[in-house]
Amino acid sequence: ADIISTVEFNYSGDLLATGDKGGRVVIFQREQENKSRPLSRGEYNVYSTFQSHEPEFDYLKSLEIEEKINKIRWLPQQNAAHFLLSTNDKTIKLWKISERDKRAEGYNLKDEDGRLRDPVRIKELRVPILKPMDLMVEASPRRIFANAHTYHINSISVNSDCATYLSADDLRINLWHLEITDRSFNIVDIKPANMEELTEVITAAEFHPQHCNVFVYSSSKGTIRLCDMRSAALCDRHSKFFEEPEDPSSRSFFSEIISSISDVKFSHNGRYMMTRDYLSVKVWDLNMENRPVETYQVHEYLRSKLCSLYENDCIFDKFECCWNGLDSTIMTGSYNNFFRMFDRSTRRDTTLEASRESSKARAVLKPRKVCTGGKRKKDEISVDSLDFNKKILHTAWHPTENFIAVAATNNLYLFQDKIN
Amino acid sequence: MFVRGLKRKCFDGEEDIEGTLAGIKAIPSYNLQRQSLLDMSLVKLQLCHMLVEPNLCRSVLIANTVRQIQEEMTQDGTWQMINTQSTGQASLDRLVSTDILCRSSREQAEGKHVPGYGTFNKDFEGDQGQDSSETMSTGSSVQAPRNLQGNVWEMENPQESKGNFQKSLDQIFETLENKSPNSVEDLFSEVDNSYYDLDTMLTGMMSNTKMGHCDGLETFSSPTNTASNSNCKSDLNELDHIVEILVES
Repeated sequence: ADIISTVEFNYSGDLLATGDKGGRVVIFQREQENKSRPLSRGEYNVYSTFQSHEPEFDYLKSLEIEEKINKIRWLPQQNAAHFLLSTNDKTIKLWKISERDKRAEGYNLKDEDGRLRDPVRIKELRVPILKPMDLMVEASPRRIFANAHTYHINSISVNSDCATYLSADDLRINLWHLEITDRSFNIVDIKPANMEELTEVITAAEFHPQHCNVFVYSSSKGTIRLCDMRSAALCDRHSKFFEEPEDPSSRSFFSEIISSISDVKFSHNGRYMMTRDYLSVKVWDLNMENRPVETYQVHEYLRSKLCSLYENDCIFDKFECCWNGLDSTIMTGSYNNFFRMFDRSTRRDTTLEASRESSKARAVLKPRKVCTGGKRKKDEISVDSLDFNKKILHTAWHPTENFIAVAATNNLYLFQDKIN
Repeated sequence: MFVRGLKRKCFDGEEDIEGTLAGIKAIPSYNLQRQSLLDMSLVKLQLCHMLVEPNLCRSVLIANTVRQIQEEMTQDGTWQMINTQSTGQASLDRLVSTDILCRSSREQAEGKHVPGYGTFNKDFEGDQGQDSSETMSTGSSVQAPRNLQGNVWEMENPQESKGNFQKSLDQIFETLENKSPNSVEDLFSEVDNSYYDLDTMLTGMMSNTKMGHCDGLETFSSPTNTASNSNCKSDLNELDHIVEILVES
């Protein structure tokens, strides 16, 4: 199995898609309620697997284009088929996943195995009948949106109008119509006229869940810009600018790097947005630009290790974050296969581990704790023992229930709330 | 009392001297840390896996860190300070190790990069428009290693080296700059085949390039991408060479 690079539930939560470094997409489907196996409700089983992207070679630049799936986003379901967008560094594809459980039998012109019948031999006409067959799930690419990004695509976001979506790379954001593949509109361009002056890149972008004219994008300098597409065709001028003033006492050479935002997500109700930087998660009220309303420390004990983390490149890891359905809890990943959850109302936080040893099926996860100094208590783990190769970058929360999907390198873990 | 005062003064003086000494001892360790961070950053910028495009966000963040360190070093005049002190073995070793670093990479690349760089320079001179500034900064960065090298071992004006350093650093992003169609074609026509690693693939590319290039431009016809002309292999060679210059500093 390959390293998982993205995880996403669909709008109903019945389907869970994962993309990996090898360009494959694996979709899991939730088991339906089954009287004979009452505990099976809540299990996800493989529904469909397909190769979304292949490695390519850019002949003009003499560079490989990785097939790694950077993001998957589902479209809201409008008919029996499911649609999702998947993207690698350069190309976005719209995939249709449909079920086939009936087959037509009794053709006139061909045999059951598909061979053509000799017309001379046909003595009578018959009407083909639909007969049930084993369920087959087919994935077919319906649109390919290519050649619009010079730099690496980091985000895609489907608009609430269900007709358009945006794609963002390091320096530009494009607006697409789902039906049109040969052109897109450039709505943000932060490329300086002189590349020597480049000091900031776009790191993530997302459409507002309700207002189809509003989107946000985050930068490597820790800022978020909210743009309104009604104000101008090119949204280089933001409507709102979110930035927390820097704390001068904690300034170091790494301040800028750790302030770089790796993910931005609107809350389901559209009133807040959450940003993830290297050490913390911040919740912002869209009406207040000068500072976040809540800040949660994910792994503050790493602050004294920043130089080592810079040396081994871990400081550039891009962690994602997600909201639960009610926007009451937020979740994000950390190292050593730990992931953290923060309850916004009680301010309580939990650290859990996604590992085979600690996760037998149906076993309750034990909260973990990192010892920051002094004496290490039993069951605690010291900062120096953390495995920085085991990082949880991608997590997803079911849209309505307390189901979470956690990607730990090449393993996918699914957890749910304790049921009595 | 007077004596005591004197003594106290002496003691204070000693203390002061000790304090200063301690200060000086403390400063080099901060300087050493800063220098090692600078070295590390330059190595990171150099070690781009060129088969796949380097991560732009990472490069920008590292480059900003380098700029920040360099600015701070110039501000508190540490360029001068390290030199005047005839510091202990540690900092000299550090400088030596940086030199060894870049020497080894320069040696291995010497065959292809130097002439390639010269060719690239010539191509720029042949073009119009923005190239004059590029040629100038290219020219100055060629001198940079000598200047910066001189700065390290002798005592030169740090301002000049800062300027060269700045330009050299900016060269890294130049390779990501979009070139006008004419210049790209010229570059393709004048760059020597022999520098390419992927001979089989690229000899095919060279013969097709004039036609293929225009086709490539046509497919980029979306309104978003008028200037998405790509870099060529010589850019990558130039990047290697420029980063070597940086590391020498």
